[in-house]
Amino acid sequence: METSAKPRLPRGVKLRHDDVRQRWTLLAPERIFEVDGTAAAVLQLCDGERDLGRIVAELAARYNAPPAMIEKDVVAMLGDLEAKRVLDL
Amino acid sequence: MKKGAGSMTALAPPIGVLVELTHRCPLGCPHCSNPLKLEPPAAELDTETWKRVFEEAAALGALHVHLSGGEPTARRDIVALTRHAAQCGLYTNLITSGIGVGERLWGGLVEAGLDHAQLSFQGADEGTNDRLGHYDGAWAKKRAFAAMVTTAGVPLTVNAVVSRPNLHQVSAFIDLALELGARRLEVAHTQYYGWALANRAALMPALKETEEAIRLVEAARPKLAGRLVIDMVVPDYYARYPKPCAGGWGRLAINVSPSGKAMPCHAAETIPGLEFWNVRDRSLAEIWADSPAFNAFRGTDWMREPCRTCDRKEIDFGGCRCQALALAGDAAATDPACSKSPLHARIGRTAAAEAEAGSEAIRWRSYKAALEG
Repeated sequence: METSAKPRLPRGVKLRHDDVRQRWTLLAPERIFEVDGTAAAVLQLCDGERDLGRIVAELAARYNAPPAMIEKDVVAMLGDLEAKRVLDL
Repeated sequence: MKKGAGSMTALAPPIGVLVELTHRCPLGCPHCSNPLKLEPPAAELDTETWKRVFEEAAALGALHVHLSGGEPTARRDIVALTRHAAQCGLYTNLITSGIGVGERLWGGLVEAGLDHAQLSFQGADEGTNDRLGHYDGAWAKKRAFAAMVTTAGVPLTVNAVVSRPNLHQVSAFIDLALELGARRLEVAHTQYYGWALANRAALMPALKETEEAIRLVEAARPKLAGRLVIDMVVPDYYARYPKPCAGGWGRLAINVSPSGKAMPCHAAETIPGLEFWNVRDRSLAEIWADSPAFNAFRGTDWMREPCRTCDRKEIDFGGCRCQALALAGDAAATDPACSKSPLHARIGRTAAAEAEAGSEAIRWRSYKAALEG
């Protein structure tokens, strides 16, 4: 995954906080994916404007963590969602 | 004492709500799952009531709303309804024939925030499609609709309802879905309720053809991974285990009829003696928790043998209550689609005999005739 990639949720995939069940969800056609709070924080930055490098930098600053470690986790997570066809890179 | 879910856990909220906005439809499909007694336009809920239903559904915990029918775009307020459902935070899914949706209406739906469109095809070629849909010119209109959907970047599902007259077209349906740019294909073997039950002798496929269709889908799936998701609804007369109808009675879904009757599934009205509450009179939350119809077969307390001691009772939930009624004459019986039902062998023989006889006598779904009849 290139650091210049600009991940975004395609039309038809929505990140939503499910207030009733107190959890984050990704809503897709006939499918619902539960996502944890960390993943939701990443996905909120996947707006098609920010590139991967900037997303990692913002998260590293927010969580006061080494960028290399953040990048590894973010790349794995986004790759998984891309394979499920709920994220465009 | 209120009948609970068969355990001490609190009642979980529904995942989705399917709203039959109208029973009006330009097509005349013999496999339609709507009831034989269709509801007239004058009985349909008004715009404000549907909007309230969407608000209540979202507050209750529903995530998806399926805008269905009949043909949902026959409602003049379909854009306003879609917009309101989207504003409530619901994921909006339009289940449509694609007939009667021009550029302007489609543009309105996209702008209103429609999330997904599911387009039905009755055949994988023009002749079959227009004959089974009982509508000349449907093929061209459906293809034009699909092009509008993909051009707008809205995800498209092709829904292929298959039965004996078109079951040989499974591979062609896969090619059609790819050609149209669908991300998802549903190969939905006809389920025998409503009009489809009335037409069963003309629709029931043979076991051999059914198995071949399933094999073709299973072979195509790995080749198309990442391009096209194929979901399949299997024909349960030949199944070993029944389908957990609607994911379990009163467990995941609410179905609302055009006139506002709230039901655990679209065919539940066929079961005599059930008391359905109407969304005109009660909130969706009240209906979900306390409606006699929703509690009638919720959980596992209602089960008899062989369901009661079956290790699959929390998987199949006894199968489909409407099918138990239709085939066993008793809504609390084990669904005869289950191999543990004493009637299972008999329905398999009935299906095989109907497939062999090959009747072509079709009763086309007719809105006008159904209202008058």
